[in-house]
Amino acid sequence: MTERVIPCSEAVRRLWDYLDQTLSPDDLAQVQDHLSFCRRCCGELEFAKELRSFLASAAIDQIPPEAKARLQRFVDEL
Amino acid sequence: MGDGDGGVELDTKRLFEALAREQIPHLYALARRLTDQPEDLVQECLLKAYRSFDTLQAPEAGPRWLQTILMNLFRDRLRKQAISLTEIPVDDVDEFSLFRTIAEEDPFPYSDTLHLDFLHAFGKEDVRAVLLRLPEIYRAPLVLRYIQGFSTKEIAKMLDAPMGTILARLHRGRKLFERELWSYAKENELLEPEDSR
Repeated sequence: MTERVIPCSEAVRRLWDYLDQTLSPDDLAQVQDHLSFCRRCCGELEFAKELRSFLASAAIDQIPPEAKARLQRFVDEL
Repeated sequence: MGDGDGGVELDTKRLFEALAREQIPHLYALARRLTDQPEDLVQECLLKAYRSFDTLQAPEAGPRWLQTILMNLFRDRLRKQAISLTEIPVDDVDEFSLFRTIAEEDPFPYSDTLHLDFLHAFGKEDVRAVLLRLPEIYRAPLVLRYIQGFSTKEIAKMLDAPMGTILARLHRGRKLFERELWSYAKENELLEPEDSR
């Protein structure tokens, strides 16, 4: 194996980019190598996945009816 | 589509109204995550869209066109704030790990799913409140990437910033979000057992 072994701090810094698939091939190989032996960072990775879903779930909601009515009235009056 | 003096003809006005009515909830949802005054931003967007409705080439492009107008207005706001934003002191947020903090502080001692329990303590309004605690310059890329699902390349274009800047803001935004989740949970007693809240 030729890639540099990275410490936990560096692996954790790159986990979201790893999930986003925005790492360079070299960085990706280093993170994958680190995850192959580090259980704690595997835990961090699972949590990062949960946190992404958690953040995405904030998208599901509705406009308050009074705000919708005001904005529709605004359009009607243009 | 316009009549040349800033207004629009009757049929065109109806077309605009139909598009606007359909898109108001989507625009509001986006604005709500970007700013604490979403209605103002949507109103500004609708007004600007109305005045330039004649530049919309194809009706099916309407939703994306409106979203772009809203993002451009938001970007202009960010630019106006740019000077004060660069003055935000750099602190130790890079060192913060929510995963580690939850494990070390162990807020639910009898839980086998400590980290998930922490996230489940938050309602949707709590998540929104935490997002609004972040400076807009970091909140915007975070919302666009992880809630709206845009790629980093698209975000760079929308916010008119280099890719490297967007990636750095995303990193910092994620860290700030983690830190603020923890602070918010403590301040709002989300870490207490439910029967003692």
